[in-house]
Amino acid sequence: MLKYLGKRLARSFITLLIILTIVFVLMRQMPIEGYFPNFDKMTNEQIQNGLALMGMDQPMPVQVLNFFKNLFLHGDLGTSRIYRNNVPVTEILAPKIPVSIQLGSMALIVALVVGIPMGTLMAKYKGRLFDHIGTAFIVFIQAVPAAVYYLFIQLYGTELLGISLIFDEENWVSWVLPVFSMSLGNIAYYAMWLRRYMVDESTKDYVQLAKIKGVSSNRIMFTHIFRNAFVPMAQYIPTSFLNTVVGSIYIESLYSIPGMGGLLVDVVKKQDNNMVQGIVLVFACVGVVGLIFGDLLMVLLDPRISFGSKGGNR
Amino acid sequence: MGIIKHPKLEALERECSENLKAALDEAEAFQFAEFDAKEVERTGYSNYSYWGSTFRAFCKNKLALALVFIVLIILAFTFLQPYLPGQFDAFAVNNDPETGIPLRNEPPNSVHWLGTNSIGQDLWSRLWQGTRTSLLIGLAVACIEAVVGITVGVLWGYVRKLDFVFTELYNILDNIPSTVVLILVSYMLRPGVGTIILAMSITSWIGMARFIRNQIIIIRDREYNLASRCLGTPVYRIILRNLLPYLVSVVMLRMALSIPSAIGSEVFITYIGLGLPATIPSLGNLINEGRTLMMSPNLRYQLIYPTIILSIVTISFYVVGNAFSDAADPKNHR
Repeated sequence: MLKYLGKRLARSFITLLIILTIVFVLMRQMPIEGYFPNFDKMTNEQIQNGLALMGMDQPMPVQVLNFFKNLFLHGDLGTSRIYRNNVPVTEILAPKIPVSIQLGSMALIVALVVGIPMGTLMAKYKGRLFDHIGTAFIVFIQAVPAAVYYLFIQLYGTELLGISLIFDEENWVSWVLPVFSMSLGNIAYYAMWLRRYMVDESTKDYVQLAKIKGVSSNRIMFTHIFRNAFVPMAQYIPTSFLNTVVGSIYIESLYSIPGMGGLLVDVVKKQDNNMVQGIVLVFACVGVVGLIFGDLLMVLLDPRISFGSKGGNR
Repeated sequence: MGIIKHPKLEALERECSENLKAALDEAEAFQFAEFDAKEVERTGYSNYSYWGSTFRAFCKNKLALALVFIVLIILAFTFLQPYLPGQFDAFAVNNDPETGIPLRNEPPNSVHWLGTNSIGQDLWSRLWQGTRTSLLIGLAVACIEAVVGITVGVLWGYVRKLDFVFTELYNILDNIPSTVVLILVSYMLRPGVGTIILAMSITSWIGMARFIRNQIIIIRDREYNLASRCLGTPVYRIILRNLLPYLVSVVMLRMALSIPSAIGSEVFITYIGLGLPATIPSLGNLINEGRTLMMSPNLRYQLIYPTIILSIVTISFYVVGNAFSDAADPKNHR
């Protein structure tokens, strides 16, 4: 188990390095004009000086090496150039990460609290009215782009609650709509898969046996079937947490929430390379860690699954 | 030692050949047998046809059938609309015939059926132009995803030596948040339909390839494939005839689902300002224009109409994809 984890972590680390390198190289393919607001009026010498200041006059491998040297020896991600001049990236990101994480965790909790009972009830009342309503909801949420229904939630939700469009950290009411919007996708996802797994599970032999033994149908549903059906669900939870945090790019910029997601869009457009690298690093870390946690959670919930051989790769 | 011919045998032989000749003369000796349900029962033969059964199973789902027609009608209409009488050009700014002032933000009326936008262009024409662009993007992304995804997936699953390389590659690519790639690519290249399609295709094939690979690995060493290999069937034939037909239903499902998601990504990219230039109408552009005006309730129609069309299109593809994939699964053929 520990050996497996060690290997897994080492590989994730290498993956992170490669992702960072790719993004680093990609960002440096951007047009040079984008770095200087008054490019047309600058002399060639000024441009060269500007590039040298950013370390961009050196060959690409040297730049990459320098970047990693700074990152690992000093924990330094460089300084922001445009977003906030000469402020270290880590300093800018530090207050933003908690906001995104808070928002993501709240959305995940809402999704679990609503999605799991919904899936269970849909499986219990399969083919009845509740199942049909639930299915219609799932189809709607999965088919219609989030970018569209988020807009309408913002539009009519803020009117209904009588609050402004812009997020206000102090006012708890303004947390409601972003969290609700972010959780919708996951609610549909959990309900859909839990229903599917539970329906599959309910035709198995042990359920038949329990019925013959005279176990009440509620007990079969909630203790026996639910437990077995929940195991494959567990591995989605961390990944969907990641998706919520990343998916918040749109939500955060819609409501002007001071988190990382909205910031990413901003700094990519401003070609603030160091900022982009910093944010991508955070996102990629959350993603890799999420996958590992997903597999761990499955092992914890189901003693039949073990690491090492081929497990955890379903 | 010579062959001793029994006189009786000789007679029988003669009789047989005469009979045969007579039968051949009548040209009735060999005839295609008619299909007979009773005989079929006896021999276990079946006139099962895969696509026929798929089609029949699909037609049983009335809702999906209706949605197919809706999609086809919408698709046809996006091409026909500019040629219908009484239509406005999607790009022309409409001026008031009396005063010559552009008709800005005109609410829906009998002339401009869905009103005009903030610079006076006819929203009805723009809506259909935009639907065409968005459908084109969606279809292109789905096709590229299918072609690249299937090719890579088959190589990945079938060629054992490549498995390690592709798996490592997948672990890396899958960990890069696709939104980040989408933003980076559409920022680096010049905005346009091609760029948008490229940006979305770069990430979307990965999931498809992974999926195909898993399926191929499951069925690759089944007995019928082992038998084919022992008989010396060339690899391409095994792949095309033995493996891929097995995957029709799941591939179709993924393609149908990637159309709505491509249309959605277009809306998202346009929102963050990296989408198509404002001169090319698309559902993303229209929704984004509508979004900027949504705070004034009497201009909300500019947001609502594109959204309705977009919802109809995406839901249709979603439902049709699911219904078709159910129908294409031979397990559901009766």
